[in-house]
This record gives sequence, structure tokens and C-alpha cells, in this order.
Amino acid sequence: MKTKSIYLIAFAIAAATGLISCGKQSSTNSADRTANALASYVAPGEKDEYYLFYSGGHSGQVFVAGIPSMRHIVTIPVFAPYPATGYGFDEESKKMLGDFTWGDMHHPALSQTKSKYDGRWLFVNDNANNRIARIDLRDFKTHQILGPIPNSIGNHGSSFITENSEYILCATRFSVPLPKGRVADPKDYAKEFNGMVSGIKVDPKTGEMKVGWQILTPPFDWDLGSTGKGPSSGWAFWTSYNTEMAHDVLEVNSSQKDRDLCAIVNWRAAEQAVARGQAQVMDGVPILDPAKTPGVMYFVAIGKSPHGMDVDPTGKWVVAGGKLQPATTVLNFEKVQAAINNKTFEGDFRGIPILKYEAVVEGEVPVGLGPLHTQYDGKGFAYTSMFIDSNITKWKLPPWTDEEKKDLNKVVLDKMPTHFSTGHLVVAGSDTAQPYGKWCVAMNKLSAGRHINVGPSQPESSQLIDISGDKMKMVAEAYTEPEPHFAQILKVSEIQPNEIYPKDENKDPDAVWDKSGTGVWRNGNQVVARLTAIRSRFTPDRIDAQVGDDLTVHVTNIEQTRDMIHGFGVIEQNINMVMDPGETKTFHIKLTKGGVFPFYCTNFCSALHQEMQGYLVVSNAGQPLPGAVYQSGTPGVAPVAKLGQ
Amino acid sequence: MRKKLSNLLGREFRFLARPLNLWSRLLLLAAAATIVLSLFFPLWRMHLVAPQYSDGLDLFISSYKIQGGGLHGQHLVEINNLNHYIGMAPILQADFLEMRWMPFIFGLITLLILRSVVFGQMGNVVDLFVVYCYFGIFSIGSFWYRLYTYGHNLDPHAPMRITPFTPLLLGTKQIANFRESSYPELGAYLLCVSVLLIVLAGWFSRKEATR
Repeated sequence: MKTKSIYLIAFAIAAATGLISCGKQSSTNSADRTANALASYVAPGEKDEYYLFYSGGHSGQVFVAGIPSMRHIVTIPVFAPYPATGYGFDEESKKMLGDFTWGDMHHPALSQTKSKYDGRWLFVNDNANNRIARIDLRDFKTHQILGPIPNSIGNHGSSFITENSEYILCATRFSVPLPKGRVADPKDYAKEFNGMVSGIKVDPKTGEMKVGWQILTPPFDWDLGSTGKGPSSGWAFWTSYNTEMAHDVLEVNSSQKDRDLCAIVNWRAAEQAVARGQAQVMDGVPILDPAKTPGVMYFVAIGKSPHGMDVDPTGKWVVAGGKLQPATTVLNFEKVQAAINNKTFEGDFRGIPILKYEAVVEGEVPVGLGPLHTQYDGKGFAYTSMFIDSNITKWKLPPWTDEEKKDLNKVVLDKMPTHFSTGHLVVAGSDTAQPYGKWCVAMNKLSAGRHINVGPSQPESSQLIDISGDKMKMVAEAYTEPEPHFAQILKVSEIQPNEIYPKDENKDPDAVWDKSGTGVWRNGNQVVARLTAIRSRFTPDRIDAQVGDDLTVHVTNIEQTRDMIHGFGVIEQNINMVMDPGETKTFHIKLTKGGVFPFYCTNFCSALHQEMQGYLVVSNAGQPLPGAVYQSGTPGVAPVAKLGQ
Repeated sequence: MRKKLSNLLGREFRFLARPLNLWSRLLLLAAAATIVLSLFFPLWRMHLVAPQYSDGLDLFISSYKIQGGGLHGQHLVEINNLNHYIGMAPILQADFLEMRWMPFIFGLITLLILRSVVFGQMGNVVDLFVVYCYFGIFSIGSFWYRLYTYGHNLDPHAPMRITPFTPLLLGTKQIANFRESSYPELGAYLLCVSVLLIVLAGWFSRKEATR
């Protein structure tokens, strides 16, 4: 209890000093300012060297920025509608979003092959609605949203990708009575509630995800984790912050123990156990009980309410951020393996062995207050974000000399103040076997007036830090909308996205490429229109329908020139599709009110963009206008059959 | 006077009847090969650069096809799409009748060259040179007329009205926001080489004795 009070006082002091220091000008001298400006300057017409894929937090989107300029370049909508690219308005993206209009995206993961980025996909999690999405890096678009994942509540501890993208591993932040929908009193939390680790299987060719298996866990609140490589290949790690199994006032009640149980999971063993039929099916998913499946899950008690648990590029060191203790804990995976083999346990929790702490820990590095996440440069150094101290602390990974072991303060090498309260940080390629190093981005939870005053809704700040030298150098800062958590950095030269959708790859049966395929067809109250869009017209530019009709509109952007994007907005119908060159999109609406509704190109395309418009004419039911232009029946490939999907 | 004329004609006749030596025949063979080779390369390239098209749009003209630059010849589609704003008719290969007969003519000239190699007389070389030059000048004239037609038959209802113009055949000039460059390509250079080879073939046998 005493130590807890000390931490709380420290937190209060840090928060107060943090706020007091707001608005202070940076003290860098003129030569430094010039050097920093040049280091992050990307001249007009020149390009950044790295992509920075930020998770957008509760905006539900991915923000893509460039490094070193830190300029926001594009937003990839994932879990929320985004009219700017028409996401969530056409049938395909609407179907992916389902009934949800938001998500809480935390931890993006680039796909890997042999523990290196392979430039194929970016996976992102949704903490709020228990989903995982896949963005294809060929077109920077969301192609799949999986979920809500059965038996999983609060998909926070993801998306952690295995070394060859075999699985996306997830652990639950919340626990509920399972299966979902069952009701129990939160007072019976320890008995009735459970958490879950999920293995989301990724198809190696298409990237298509499906729920592979799950491991039932006690109702700890799993926090963050990472996957192994090298000696820890096949393993995954998660921290937790509620070994107390508190169900109320968690701020206090889950902070009672000096150490919380972290999970060490052998996902390959889990996969094999499921293949052997050792799982029981709940809500369609094979679920392992780790107490009855030895070798799948182990615990180790780590202080205190730890947050991140990050494997280093060699796969040997696993570092847990202490959050409520002023140190990171370094586990030696070779010792973990030995402890498992020799059964060096200090007990068990519900049948899951707890590894003897002293047998697996290499050291506790006194990095400072509020250590959360650790990243690596591949040169033997670690960088830990300090939420309370508000800095990034650079320290040396083991092996340590005897002298250093006696006083681990000696391995703490440098501190870079951040503004303010860094949550996640990302070092380029840190979660691969070969980090790019060079750049670190601190994603700070508070910008607290460092930017021009924009009123009470304040942005988050990100700071670019050069880590190539002995001492870290603050180079640039940028602001983002709420709220980046983790991020991934990918070298620009490693991918070559398509800038258009080639015509011969468009397999949409309703795509039309010239006037002859276009038109409006009427069959009962089913009206189908197929349009082309090209600078600067829609063909046809008149759609006749009647009140009560089911209207389906397919628009193909027949351009094959990059950046010739056309929109299709329908006034007072809440429709805005945006078609990239070569893309076909479809919307479906029930027409409930009569009138003439102009439609127009919403994405500026050409000098005659304003002229790119037409009319949706909705006459009274059963009373077509004498001049209505349509054919009866259905267009060639009978798209009417698709209605109602 | 009559004798003088007769002498002149006689000299000319003897010149035209001069046999071609081995060098000349080899040069003619090389000319034939160069013509065949030229068919594999564009004759002309029109390159259009605008602020929005900093990499430029390309049109490659061969004896038998028009090919746009970019993936799947996309640049031609783009040029046609831009031209519709000024009411210019789309450039369609099917409209270029000369692209049907030009390969035939190249075949014919190649055959004539081979005939010269076999018959081996200076007169054949002169015939070749004349026919070839006529064909070359006619083709360039026909190409210019195409350009003139495209630039002067503009749809009066087009969104943008511009003064009729002839797109540039050779050189560089600014047309609205586009800088147009029009220059020969490898195919045309090869054809020039083939003409030169024919001339050299004649030159090397100019002093051969009449049989």
C-alpha cells in the first residue's frame, strides 16, 4: 500500500509538472534547428522514405503519414464510414461494416514472412466491437472485417502477427460470462467471467482471415503482447493488469498486487492440440482449456500492472513495461524454456503453471516512472516510453557486464523528453528480426496546448526522434486527430501499390465500359441502373424510378488514369460513392419520397467537374413520366437477382 | 547534234546497265534487312507534357499501328478523352487506311531490293531509289494531312472552342497547357539508313565496266 501511494504521488507530481511546462518554447539553438529542419524536410516534389501507418484509435481509421516529413498523406477508412472515399455508402463496404459505425483501432500489424515485413497486408484490431480487419497494401483499402469474434470481448491485446503471418493473435481486455449473451452478476466475476486468447488463421495466399481456435483464460484483463521469433518462435506473450479479478473500481481494486500474471502461450502447441481434437466447441469455435492441455499456457508474475510485453529482434529478450513500478522487467526466453522443461514453477493458477520469477528474469531495469512500451533498433538498444515521466528512455539490452548487473542504472543511457505522456512509440521495423532503426516516433497522449489553440477538442501529438546516434535527437512533431495508439513503419521502396484498378482485373458483373452496356432497367418495382463515369459525364445522366421502387445503381469509373477519381453523390438520399479509376461500386436504396434528385460528381475531376451531374427522377408510384427513359426487364447478367443481398 | 544526244543516251544506258559488284549487293541486302528490322519499332513519337501529366503522354506511330504509351496503351485513351473537350474526333487505328497498305509497300520495296540483288543492275537501284523516295514523301504528306484533318474538323458543340490547328509534325510547341514534341523514332531512323545503304550501293558500283 505504501509503495502504491508513492507512485500515485509521483504520478500527480509528473502530471502537474507536465501541465506547468506546457507552452514552453523549445530551447534548441539555431544550428540545431537548421539541422533538424533539414533532417525532416521533404522538398516539394520529393517523397518520404517511410510510410507511417498509425492506428486511428476510436476514429476507427488508419492514418498514413510519411517519415521524415510527418505529413499526413491519406486516411484508410476501416471501422467507420468515411464519405471522403465513399466508404460505408456502397453495398460492399456497408456489408463489411455491418451494423457498426465505429470501432476502436489500437495495434496495426504488417504481415511478415520469416519475421520480416513482406509488404502484403496490414491487420488492425477493433477493441470496441471485437473485430480484425485486413488492409491490402496493393490498393490501401480495407478488404475484410472479421468479427465480432465469438467468445471474445474487448479485442485489445491484438493484432499480433506471427512470424510468417500464420495467425493474428488476440487476447481480451474484458471478460464476460461466456458464451456471449449469458448473464451473470459482476459480483460473481471470478467464478462466472472468462477471458480468451484467439488464434485468427490467415490464408497464406489471399490473407482471408477466419477464427482458428481459442484458449479460455481466467478473467484477468489482458493488456498488450507480442509474438516470438528465433528462440521464442511459436510463442506469444501478454501482460495483464487485473490478476486481482476485481470487477469494480478497477483503478484501485486491480492495482492491489505488486505483480500481475503475464501469459506465455505456445501457439503452435495450441494449434496441434486443436488438431488432435483436444478442444471443445463453443459458439462454433474450438476452445482449449489450458489446465487440461499442458504445454499451451504458462504464467509469470511481473510488476506492476504491466502494460507492453515486447519481444526483441533476436527473440531472446522479452521486456514488460512496469506501468505502476519504475522499471521494465527483462525475461530471458532461454531461461523461460529451461524453467518449463525443468518444471521450475512457483505454483499454479487454476491449473496453469506459474514460472518461478527468479528463474526466468534477467533483470529489472530502472528506466523511470510509467514505463509502457519498448521498441528496439536491432543494435542491442531498447527504447521505452515513459508515460508519467513523459520521455523516451534508451537503455541497453542484455548481455550485461557483472558491473552493470550490480547496478542496472548503468544500462540506462539516454532520456528524450516528449510532449506529453507518451503512450506507444514505434521504432521502424522493431517487431521484425531486422529493424530499420534510424527513426522512432513517440505517440503522445497529451498535446496540452503545444499546438495553435483549437479549442477544447485537442489533437494528439507525435514526435519524430532520430535514434541513429548515441544520443536521441528530437527532429519534428506533428498532430493527428484522435487517436493513434500503436503504429507500423514500412520502407516506401518495399511496396508498389496499384494506382488504378486495371480494366481487365475488374470482375464486377455489373461493370460497364462503354455506352452500349449502360442504361436503366425496370422489372416490377426493381430498378437497376448501370452507369459509366468519365471526365466529365455520367452515362446515362437520367435515372427514372417511382416511389416505392428498390433502386440499385452500379457506377463504373472507366478512367484508367491515376487520380481520375469520380464521386456519385445523390442529393437528400444520403448516398456518396467514390469510384477510383477502373472501379465499379453499387448502392441500393428504397425510394420513399417523390421528387427530382440531382446527382453529381463529388470528387473534383476536371475543368467540367461542376457539369458532371444528372437527375434521379422519382415519380409517384404507378405514374411514370411520359418521357421516362428505361427498358423493361433486366440487364444482361440479371443483376436484379442480387437485390436484397 | 543527233550523235551527241545518242552518245548521252548511250552513256546513260550503259550506266543503267552497269552490273553491281559484291559490295553493292551486300549493301542492298543490308538495306532490305534494315527495312524489315524497322517494322519492329515505332516510326514517330508524339510526346505531350502538361503540369498534370509531368511524366508525359506518348503516342507511338508505326507503319501498321498507333500505340499509346503506358499500361495497355492507356495514353491513347487519355489523349482521346482530353481531345473530346475541344471536339476532336477520337484517334482510332481503324480510321488509318494507310496502316493497312504501308506494311504491304514495305514488303514490296524489300522484294524490289532483293530483285536488284539478284538482277544486279544499276537501273534497278535507280528504280528503287525513286520509288522509295516517292513512297517516303507521300507517307509523310499523308501523315501531315491526317494531323491537319484531326485539328480542323472540330465538333462545333464541344465544351471548349479553339481555333483549328494542325498538330505539329516535327519539332516542339505549346498547345494550351500541353507542350507537344513530335519527332522520328528508331523505325524512321532505320528507314533513313536503308535509303543511305541503297545510295551507297549505287555509289560503290558507279565505275563498274558494262558487260
